[in-house]
Amino acid sequence: MPAGLSSHHVLDNVTAVVSPRRVIGILGPNGSGKTTLLRLLSGTRRPASGEVSLDGTPLHRLSRRAVARRIAVVAQETQLTFEYSVMEMVLMGRHPHLGMFELEGPRDFMVARDALRATGTADLERRQFNTLSGGEKQRVVIASALAQSSDILLLDEPTASLDLAYQLEVAALISTLNAERGVTIAISTHDLNLAASVCHDLVMLREGRVITTGSVAAVLTPANIRALYDVHADVQVHAESGRLVVVPVARVHAPQ
Amino acid sequence: MNVRQRLAVVVPGFGGVTALVLLIAPTLGSTPISLSNVFDTSIPWADNVDAQIFFVARLPRVLAGALVGSALAAAGVVLQALLRNPLATPFTLGVSASAALGAMLAIAFDLDVGILGAAAVPVASFVGSLVGTAMVYLLATRVNKALSTNVLLLAGVTLNTFFSALITFVQYLIDFADWYRTARWLLGNLDVSSFNPILASMPLIGVSLAMVALLPRALNLLTLGEDVAAARGVDVGRAQRIAFLSASFATGAAISLAGPIGFIGVVVPHLVRLLVGSDHRVVLPASILFGATFLVICDLIARTVMAPIELPVGIVTALVGGPVFIWLLVRKA
Repeated sequence: MPAGLSSHHVLDNVTAVVSPRRVIGILGPNGSGKTTLLRLLSGTRRPASGEVSLDGTPLHRLSRRAVARRIAVVAQETQLTFEYSVMEMVLMGRHPHLGMFELEGPRDFMVARDALRATGTADLERRQFNTLSGGEKQRVVIASALAQSSDILLLDEPTASLDLAYQLEVAALISTLNAERGVTIAISTHDLNLAASVCHDLVMLREGRVITTGSVAAVLTPANIRALYDVHADVQVHAESGRLVVVPVARVHAPQ
Repeated sequence: MNVRQRLAVVVPGFGGVTALVLLIAPTLGSTPISLSNVFDTSIPWADNVDAQIFFVARLPRVLAGALVGSALAAAGVVLQALLRNPLATPFTLGVSASAALGAMLAIAFDLDVGILGAAAVPVASFVGSLVGTAMVYLLATRVNKALSTNVLLLAGVTLNTFFSALITFVQYLIDFADWYRTARWLLGNLDVSSFNPILASMPLIGVSLAMVALLPRALNLLTLGEDVAAARGVDVGRAQRIAFLSASFATGAAISLAGPIGFIGVVVPHLVRLLVGSDHRVVLPASILFGATFLVICDLIARTVMAPIELPVGIVTALVGGPVFIWLLVRKA
């Protein structure tokens, strides 16, 4: 899925490929264009020039419904205007599969309950969404995206509001979805260790441009982290998990 | 309860209450009437006072109340979802003030020429609502290619204020008799006295409600935000255009029939949500039914509570709606 675009506002001349059945992490400082890149990938925004294509078909040639059946999105935060129950929220993920006046049938409830189980929120089914904690809300929103039954999942900073335990749970969920269901996943995150633990590939964005892209082992290096954040960091292989761990050491001020 | 079960309870339940109220309301009023006389065809029409009261004074009024109540309640539901603002009303987006200005001008210039037998004031007010709708729509789509709900809200509120100023200006210039007519019109009144205006507004409201029927699931998703809705497969621009236009047509048709009757569009949707939840597939039909019931009951109060004086129904909906509205505000806080 190459995403090339040129817009002098946020992203400039970005090309990114999300390969099937891979987990790709989008890293970059605040304002680097991570969210915009995810919006372009989901087709909810169109690039000023260039195009985003899905299996060779430009996204803008597909209807919103058709795209939503292939690509689901977990937004950074979800604010409700009115009160919905957890089940209602998750069933909304079935929208692109239902006809204009069709009501959810047994199959839709099956998919929704499956999504609730996969995110560990089955016991919240009857709760009002607004009464949940931040971590519960985030997992329900992920469940709602899963209920879309798409094979591509885009997550915008999925662990930003979560405590350590939920961060690990979401990380485990991402890995499971990819390994067991073959879901292709793109996540934007500030958490380099999350990226190191769940991603196969990384795209590093700074000021709307791609600094580097490649496999985690190849690009998660002290030099690249410094180029990305102006931070001196130590990257080691963690003995017990075998994963890369990043320890930020000091802020380095870039030469003016 | 899932949506199927809720619909199976709510639609017959609310529908039953509406039907009951519509049947009983015309039999009640400041003057007691005998129903056996009303339907007694052996009494000549000219001598049958009961039938005249029933068929000329009350039945059109009840039907107008049901139509206007349904239209305003549906418009309120749609606009609250579109603007993601639970306190939005059918009168938020400038359509009401432009409709009122149309009516004011018709009264001020003593327009008598109707179109197709409809009176001038309703026609002028409906034309006014179309002008207001077009202005707000063009403003909101001009800035952005998509309909911007922020611009929509700002344009609507600004035009509302502007048209209200023009209304005051017109009222200041006209003579006392005309001023009295405009003041009465602005209070809202269901005393239509014939079936013609009802027949004229029925197709307009019918088309608006048919457009609204395309929206419920999209409205659910729009209340979560435009990006979320788009990511879930909603054609956001199309849904927003249908929502704005259907709500505006419904509001314009309702106002041209009965004047700007306040509070229906905000009180009814909120009470309905308290009863049936927030899923628009249930909220919309329930609000359409409950809006009709609510306005017919308010009008029943208006024409009986101070009998033989008949209050304009707008006063009753405001007296009932104001406290409910404040209660809703306080409850949220």
